[in-house]
Amino acid sequence: MADATGGTQLQAHIEIRDLTMAYGSFVIQRDLSFNVNHGDIFVIMGGSGCGKSTLLKHMLGLISPRIGDILYSGISFTRAGDSEKEAMRQRWGITYQSGGLFSAMTLAENVTLPLQLYTRYNSAEIVEIVAYKLALVGLAGYQNYYPAEISGGMRKRAALARAIALDPEILFFDEPSAGLDPISSRLLDELIVQLKESIGATVVMVTHELPSIFDIATNSVYLDNITRTMIGYGNPVDLRDHSDQAVVRQFLTRSAATANEDSP
Amino acid sequence: MDTQAPAFQLLGDNHGESSLVLSGDWVQGHGSGNFDALQSELLLRHPAKLMADGSSLGDWDSILMAFLLQCHNLCREEGIAFEARDMPEGVAQLLAVATAVETHQPPVESRGSLLASINPVHLLHKVSGNLQESLGFLGEVTIALSRLLAGKANTRFSDFKEFCYQAGPDAFAIISLISVLVGMILAYLGAVQLQQFGAEVYVADLVVIGMLREMGVLMTAIVMAGRTGAAYAAQLGTMQTNEEIDAITTMGISPIEFLVLPRMLALIVVMPLLVIYADLLGIVGGGIVAGGMGISPVQYITQSEGALSFTHVAVGLLKSLVFAILIAIAGCRSSINSGRSSAAVGQAATEAVVTAIVYLIVADAAINIIFQQVGI
Repeated sequence: MADATGGTQLQAHIEIRDLTMAYGSFVIQRDLSFNVNHGDIFVIMGGSGCGKSTLLKHMLGLISPRIGDILYSGISFTRAGDSEKEAMRQRWGITYQSGGLFSAMTLAENVTLPLQLYTRYNSAEIVEIVAYKLALVGLAGYQNYYPAEISGGMRKRAALARAIALDPEILFFDEPSAGLDPISSRLLDELIVQLKESIGATVVMVTHELPSIFDIATNSVYLDNITRTMIGYGNPVDLRDHSDQAVVRQFLTRSAATANEDSP
Repeated sequence: MDTQAPAFQLLGDNHGESSLVLSGDWVQGHGSGNFDALQSELLLRHPAKLMADGSSLGDWDSILMAFLLQCHNLCREEGIAFEARDMPEGVAQLLAVATAVETHQPPVESRGSLLASINPVHLLHKVSGNLQESLGFLGEVTIALSRLLAGKANTRFSDFKEFCYQAGPDAFAIISLISVLVGMILAYLGAVQLQQFGAEVYVADLVVIGMLREMGVLMTAIVMAGRTGAAYAAQLGTMQTNEEIDAITTMGISPIEFLVLPRMLALIVVMPLLVIYADLLGIVGGGIVAGGMGISPVQYITQSEGALSFTHVAVGLLKSLVFAILIAIAGCRSSINSGRSSAAVGQAATEAVVTAIVYLIVADAAINIIFQQVGI
């Protein structure tokens, strides 16, 4: 198994160090250590209930770690002050599982909000940039629609438009293709890759869609819900073919799980 | 700072190929190219092809992309071929992604103007539409109620008990406070007038009749509209947003039976009890004021007993039943048909309270007029 903490020449974009996550006395995952490198499409995977989304929420700073630290470009997020955290968050784009679009605002207003708050563009420029961001996700002309008036797939893309409003350095996705048909899901994957390459971002996503994982992921971590720690780290194709953990190989080949894999 | 302002130059002959040479740093804080100037010049020349040249571009961010997209869209509208050449890495790819899907043309619809919203005809139309929907809703509820009486409705008794508790005991504190104060207000109001005739002792009659017939039930109903009616609207509106109401419908359960009936029945059971409680506290409140004006408690009680009659109590209780139904209808109807967003939930709650209060006052007036005509 690759050792996550040792021997990186380049500074990693995100470092997870000895992270233990817990709700009360219930430990969700312990001793997580891995790096996400610049330009990676990094996938967090694992069975249902293993703590994938919780890990993402820790990385986003929505939950504080019980033990351990999370570093962005070498700077600890956990120990950062409020204004530093604010500055770091402005370099992230996040899409939530159910979109997280503000339902009382039109798509244009949703994308406008971060631009108004954090950039020096004037209002005429913002109108044009919003049109461009919506066009990037294939929603040109949908400025005045409310999130309730468009389909689920369009909402995901609209959320992506808001996430890339500030040209982020890191894009976080929580189950981007959940609830999408295979074609839409494939198109969304392609869009993520194209955007990532053109704006040079690092992508972190939680997903258990195998096609997505093999198509676009460059690196991944597997969280186990029996041992409650990471038991796989590396390129998903390598993990599928060479992982020393049977559970990881089964997950990635979709073979029938052994009886002990499903916890009640 | 060695950044240069963004600039462009339109070169080339008429009707042939024009090139748009972009230069400078297209980043935030430095402004953008003057698109209107480009547009008018381009329309004047109207070349067959526009070649955007990025070979002398400096730094760039989304503002450049927004400008290029505008150029691209303008060229498409005008039938001019558009091509980007020598662009920095990323720009060409982003432009390709952004122009992959045609611009959606939303259907033109007129949103209501301010003038329309205060137009009396429009308002009347809205109110009558609201009333019509409420009557339809009442019809559905009646059908559900008849199914309940026949023992065929999917109404859960445990829900009903829970709603009774929420509507009743939970509301004691606010009802107590308001009733005592309303009783005191009535007593003060009457005392000042009656003192002029030396008839202070009749304050007791005024408070008893006022509370029993009118104020007790009306104030309780208004509190319940704001408290319980709004809660019902928020609950059902959130259920609509979460597709819970769809789930109930597709399970073959009528949302009216499952969601509306237990809430309405809880209000119908609880309201008369709350009204009796409010009446009692109101009379006590009046007694406090009367005591302060030199009327002895015994005198106040004796006088109150004289004023007390079964008719007054019955009028109050009858009103409480009508009001309970109105509050439940206003609370549930607005939300069960609401939109599916957080804004729609808020709108439904507002509508529930406003509609309920309008219904309450109108119904109260109507009942009073009828009773006065028949001499009750």
